[in-house]
Amino acid sequence: MSPFPTPAEIEAIWLSLRVALIAVTLSLPFAIAVALLLARCHFWGRTLVDGLVHLPLVLPPVVVGYLLLLTFGARGPIGAWLDATFGFRLIFTAEGAALAAAVMAFPLMVRAIRLAIEAIDRGLEAAARTLGAGPFDRFCSITLPLMLPGILSATILAFAASLGELGATITFVSNIPGETRTLPLAIYTATQTPGGDAVAARLVTISFVLSLGALLLAEIVARRLSRMIGR
Amino acid sequence: MTLDVAIAHRIGPFHLDVAFQAPSRGVTALFGRSGSGKTSLVNTIAGLIRPERGHVRLDGRVFLDRAAGIELPVERRRIGYVFQDARLFPHMTVQANLAYGYRRVAEAERRIAMAAMIDLLDLGPFLDRRPRTLSGGERQRVALGRALLAQPRRLLMDEPLASLDGPRKAELLPYIERLSSELALPIVYVSHALDEVVRLADNMLLLEAGRVRAFGPVAEIVGQLGQGPLEAESEPGAVLQGHVLSHEPDFDLTHVALAGMRAPEGQMHIAALPHAPRTAIRLHVLARDVIVATARPTGLSVQNILPGNVREILPQAGPFALVAIDIGGQRLLARLTRQSVVRLGLTPGASVYALVKTAALARDGLGD
Repeated sequence: MSPFPTPAEIEAIWLSLRVALIAVTLSLPFAIAVALLLARCHFWGRTLVDGLVHLPLVLPPVVVGYLLLLTFGARGPIGAWLDATFGFRLIFTAEGAALAAAVMAFPLMVRAIRLAIEAIDRGLEAAARTLGAGPFDRFCSITLPLMLPGILSATILAFAASLGELGATITFVSNIPGETRTLPLAIYTATQTPGGDAVAARLVTISFVLSLGALLLAEIVARRLSRMIGR
Repeated sequence: MTLDVAIAHRIGPFHLDVAFQAPSRGVTALFGRSGSGKTSLVNTIAGLIRPERGHVRLDGRVFLDRAAGIELPVERRRIGYVFQDARLFPHMTVQANLAYGYRRVAEAERRIAMAAMIDLLDLGPFLDRRPRTLSGGERQRVALGRALLAQPRRLLMDEPLASLDGPRKAELLPYIERLSSELALPIVYVSHALDEVVRLADNMLLLEAGRVRAFGPVAEIVGQLGQGPLEAESEPGAVLQGHVLSHEPDFDLTHVALAGMRAPEGQMHIAALPHAPRTAIRLHVLARDVIVATARPTGLSVQNILPGNVREILPQAGPFALVAIDIGGQRLLARLTRQSVVRLGLTPGASVYALVKTAALARDGLGD
């Protein structure tokens, strides 16, 4: 068998990248907002919100997939409304796979951003206040730039995690070639097919390279940015 | 025109209960030990702490009035604040740090110009650098410039020299002295070092355990330290006022003429200072560094021999007494044994000479 991937496998790789990109792009603003809420605001029920955000990290992925199916499925409350209003379906689509990946990677993202926020010296914001900067001004000129390395490494980490999402995806949007069969799903399919070992080995190698590459990139970029903001 | 503060605040077991009115010119020092509440007090003036009760008014503007429910947010108080740890923004160049407050002030209200400030604080060589690459003293200079360029109505400085070593302190101090005189900007200066206070401040507030122990002109308050009700505060000494007469570079000395005395009599030799002739200065003379003679001594190494009259004798606990001596209208304290007082026959009105070693004054500089 040839060491080069077949067109179907290349399709799975591109699909994985696309799904991970959508997942990360759409969840980033929410992750920043939730991280700020948890790091900076003291409100009743904070522990509960913290717990809910972290739930996908400890729940079996299949449970998350099932809950997504109940909510966003054809007969789920939000799924039915989306279909009726916009004719937009998440179930059995790449967008649905992105949603599953986003939910699963969300805790990782929030965690990394939150750590970055908590590492910021609040004395700098106090100094900005004495220099005449109001709350929004302060956030844009001091807090956000200092959060940037954290946001970037969180994004790449979540991207790498999204590339590998299997359980929630297969439960929510099934395993449709060209639509929802991402890299991990293709590997899973290969291992279930008689004589699929060579295909599995090839895809596992690609998956390994992609994930490691993303993590290394995250590290390098974070270091560069840290130097840029003068840490 | 004053800074009018009357506040009460509790932080855990610590009670801050302070009321004073500082004049709107010169430097007012908040002096006290660590933990006496100095930083909490300046944070309250800046608005970073909201006290439980009281008011803060500046030149008629109400910053805070808890009873009336008025609170002006920090960013609208226009109070410059130089923090102990500089707090420069690490992601900006020195130039951008300096411009941060400046850009946020309306053009018509910019009295202090960017170029003038860069000049005054010698910041030219650092403009493109990041704060991380600066020394502690350079950072504080940038912090000072940044605060001043925000065109403040008052400048608060919280122990700006505390994190610096001796040479760096000596390097920064002249800049601070320069700006209080050149910019005519009232300053509130927090310090636990009496030498700094004497050198920089016109008025001082002595803070102890969250309360005001004394408030008034520096010379007056320093003259009361270490005796009577302020027995536990620092040690007895006096502040002599004068001006720089000339420099003697061969010997690294500066000649100072004391206020209220004619030239040769009231002249003191002290370790060289960077100030130009005619600059007014204050000298802190500790009572234990003063020797008293009843006749002008000869054959002594001491050069600072000041004629005066005994004003009063204040017995102290143990073998000592403080002798207050009138030197051309200024009050100098000498700490002698009670035995010496008897032996020399010192009584109020007696003519004496006060001897002060130059080395004692030099040690008292900012070398620590």
